[in-house]
Amino acid sequence: MTPGFVRKADVALTVNGEPVEATVPVGQHLVDFLRLELGLTGAHASCEHGVCGACTVQVDGQAIRGCLMLAVQAEGTEVWTVEGLTEQAAITDLQDAFVARNALQCGFCTPGFLVAAKDLLAMGGVPTRAETREHLSGNYCRCTGYEAIIDAVRSVAQARAAKGAV
Amino acid sequence: MSIRFGNPDRPNSYIGKTVPRPNAAKLVQGRGRYVDDIVLPRMVHVAFVRSPFAHARIAGIDAEAAKGVRGVLRVFTGADIAAVCTPWVGVLNHLKGLKSPPEHALAVDRVCWVGEPVVAVVAGSRSVAEDGAALVEVAYDPLPVVTETMTALDAETPVIHPELGDNLAFRRLHETGDVDAAMAGAHKVVTARFRTARHTGVTLEPRSILVDWNPADVRMTAYHSTQAPHMIQAVLAKHLDIPESRVRVICGDVGGSYGIKVHVYPDEIATAAIAKIMGRPVKFVADRLESFNSDIHARDHEIEARIAVDAQGGILAFDVDDWTGIGPYSVYPRTSAIEGNQVVNLCGGPYRFENYRARTTVVFQNKAPTCQYRAVGHPIAVAVTEGLVDMAAAELGLDPIEIRRRNLYADDAYPVTSPANMRFEGLSHHASLNRLVEMMGYDALRADQAEARRQGRYRGIGIASFIELTNPSPFMYGIGGARISSQDGCTVRMDPDGSVVALSGVTEQGQGTEAMLAQIVAEGVGVKPGQVRIVTGDTEITPYGGGTWASRGAGIGGEAALQAARALRRAILDVASVLLQDRADALDIRDGQVVDGTTGGARMPLEELGRIVYFRGDTLPKDLPRELVQTRHYTTKEYPFAFTNGVQASYLEVDTDTGIVTLLKHWCVEDCGRVINPQLVDEQIRGGIVQGLGGALFEEIHYDAEGQLLNGSMADYLVPMAAEMPDMVIAHVETPTQESELGAKGAGEAGTAGAPAAVMNAINDALRPLDARLTEMPFTPERILRALGKIGDLT
Repeated sequence: MTPGFVRKADVALTVNGEPVEATVPVGQHLVDFLRLELGLTGAHASCEHGVCGACTVQVDGQAIRGCLMLAVQAEGTEVWTVEGLTEQAAITDLQDAFVARNALQCGFCTPGFLVAAKDLLAMGGVPTRAETREHLSGNYCRCTGYEAIIDAVRSVAQARAAKGAV
Repeated sequence: MSIRFGNPDRPNSYIGKTVPRPNAAKLVQGRGRYVDDIVLPRMVHVAFVRSPFAHARIAGIDAEAAKGVRGVLRVFTGADIAAVCTPWVGVLNHLKGLKSPPEHALAVDRVCWVGEPVVAVVAGSRSVAEDGAALVEVAYDPLPVVTETMTALDAETPVIHPELGDNLAFRRLHETGDVDAAMAGAHKVVTARFRTARHTGVTLEPRSILVDWNPADVRMTAYHSTQAPHMIQAVLAKHLDIPESRVRVICGDVGGSYGIKVHVYPDEIATAAIAKIMGRPVKFVADRLESFNSDIHARDHEIEARIAVDAQGGILAFDVDDWTGIGPYSVYPRTSAIEGNQVVNLCGGPYRFENYRARTTVVFQNKAPTCQYRAVGHPIAVAVTEGLVDMAAAELGLDPIEIRRRNLYADDAYPVTSPANMRFEGLSHHASLNRLVEMMGYDALRADQAEARRQGRYRGIGIASFIELTNPSPFMYGIGGARISSQDGCTVRMDPDGSVVALSGVTEQGQGTEAMLAQIVAEGVGVKPGQVRIVTGDTEITPYGGGTWASRGAGIGGEAALQAARALRRAILDVASVLLQDRADALDIRDGQVVDGTTGGARMPLEELGRIVYFRGDTLPKDLPRELVQTRHYTTKEYPFAFTNGVQASYLEVDTDTGIVTLLKHWCVEDCGRVINPQLVDEQIRGGIVQGLGGALFEEIHYDAEGQLLNGSMADYLVPMAAEMPDMVIAHVETPTQESELGAKGAGEAGTAGAPAAVMNAINDALRPLDARLTEMPFTPERILRALGKIGDLT
């Protein structure tokens, strides 16, 4: 190994509203940092090359792949995972809709889908079925066949729009 | 039948209703507990060095550099593991002639496929273990490689396992009637060659196992992402020389299985062996490349088949010659011959005909092993059968619906035994087809298709009738000598607070097992589903059972739960009748209360009965039984399997310039007997359909001639994503099995069984005016453009 090669680095960030400081291996991905160091096991590592979306978390308001971002790159950011979003009641309607519509089976993809769907819903309005499918097409689900997920997300969009219209 | 399931106004009517899954809320909150989420004290991680060659002798292993990596604790070779772990042989006695050589947890002196585990490196973290694995030097002497199925038995092809004599793992020929005479005398004979690609399951949660060996307790505990905890218990015990009673397998949340996680994998057994050697917890979680090159593959079949029909379209005969390559070993303990065997059992399944010949030839090759994956054999048999039926209809100028109506078994024909010797207790092909035609608006769709064609767009309708094998008896594996339980047990108990706990041997993989069991137990005892807690997936505490495979959870595990729940209800009422000084048969339990059976008037809450039984037993008569724990077991006895049936339809458009298929809509009517939870069944069907659509349009594992896996990533092995998938309309006909009080048959595989055939028939329907015919899956743009003659090879 080259002398002077940096193996570890310090990071300071906010995770689920709480300040976090840690010394992390420079090669560690954000999802591994969240899971291994912070015990936040809601985001899952699956394909580990940015295709399946199971590791999707929110970084500075954006839905991002936890397997394509290094923990050191999260320096100074604000990270939210499904655990924190749940505690903040930020996605309660979405979670309730997923349960009511059985928009999950094994549940491994679900935290990633919820973050991706939150992103879509934040754009406002009621996306069409095709738009919803397109927006969620970066998240892989082998169990449901997607239809229930599309139904659940659109039902929340419709409910939020109706609430906004009142 | 003492429960009138058909009456929606009956008390405690939960069977047949959509009830939310009790375990869904934790999953949407990220509170699931999958194997990789579990951390144990002193836990270490293992990474495997895998073969880069499809076939090679191991000339030497140099692990010194790996051992020098800071944090690497141990390195194990095949010989090290073989010292504590015996090899296995994937054969079953009832599959006559099936052969396979002994397979070790880690390759000992030879590797037989790219991805076979060779060396295990153990470290304090996965990343350090991987760093060590990268430094292990294995010297290989390459051996001749066999990759082609159809030439595997040719004299000039090298034999992979010389001690077995040839590359034939299994062959079965089944013949009924006189196929040659029927073909010779037929009005039309249609021949086609079909191909289904090599698939794999792509579970989102990779295979995962965490094994702890506690020598002080003489106790192995495996936290395992599996479908069959009791089977794994037996396997770990046998091959690691531990009494079965000292092995505990715990199966918590499972992130998708689909058959992938019902098999014995060398790397997982090696992990357990390492735990036994090191006396501490060892975790193995496959990464995505490991998933692609070491999860079981499936469906790699080539089939030449013929159908003979008379002038009215009556089916006279099917003749099927199926070939499949299974990799270098038959997978333990379910074997890799079952899929080909299922093709023989299932071809022609929905139809009444006299003459049947089917042969399957199962050969060894140097690719990843194949084994049972969702809908085992069904997608192949349905594609062959329904492809031929549609081709025959086209030859005769018959509508695809009409030719099926002329040949499907009549709905009042049952029981019947098929030409493949499958016994059908009761099916509903015609009712299902009628419902499908009505639901999809068949005539209007034909009009839309014609209109599109006038505009130069090629739309097609594809129909696929099918049967599905569910609720297996010991005839599936047990009679072959495998310790794989086809029976299942359920223990139901009432606690002092009046709540009910049910422990079941079937497992939850996300399909909704726990909701299904909660509904059945709630109705059987007389409480609300929310008052029932379900415990599954722990060999230490649940009754013995088979777990999840072959669509058996509801039909087998559900019946055991119903019988146990009803036994508990009787036990509760026996106590209540003494406390209330009334006849037990005059009382009922509803919503957690003992009530008057006639008026429904409240007599006593269950928590009061629980208080008396558990804390004031002194106030009860001395000889009064107060056993508020009841266990029942169930296995099918009359029929080896409970067959279900159904029919699917696909409507799609083929872009003849790009070869891209757009799925417009999909329909499925199926009959799984009693529907316990309509929403869960519908979602099983939808998920299954999409898995079948993946096989029809996208999924194909590629190997080159040297046996190198070419597409071992999710960017290269395409799976269905949301944007390409259609909406699906699902409906049911209910023909309950008379074998059980519950009447449920399985529904887990129906979607996958029929979808590829429906898509194939729709594509061929769309392209018939252009004289193009496709029978090789997946139907990629390239294959479609080749069939249209728009592209070809450079000459």
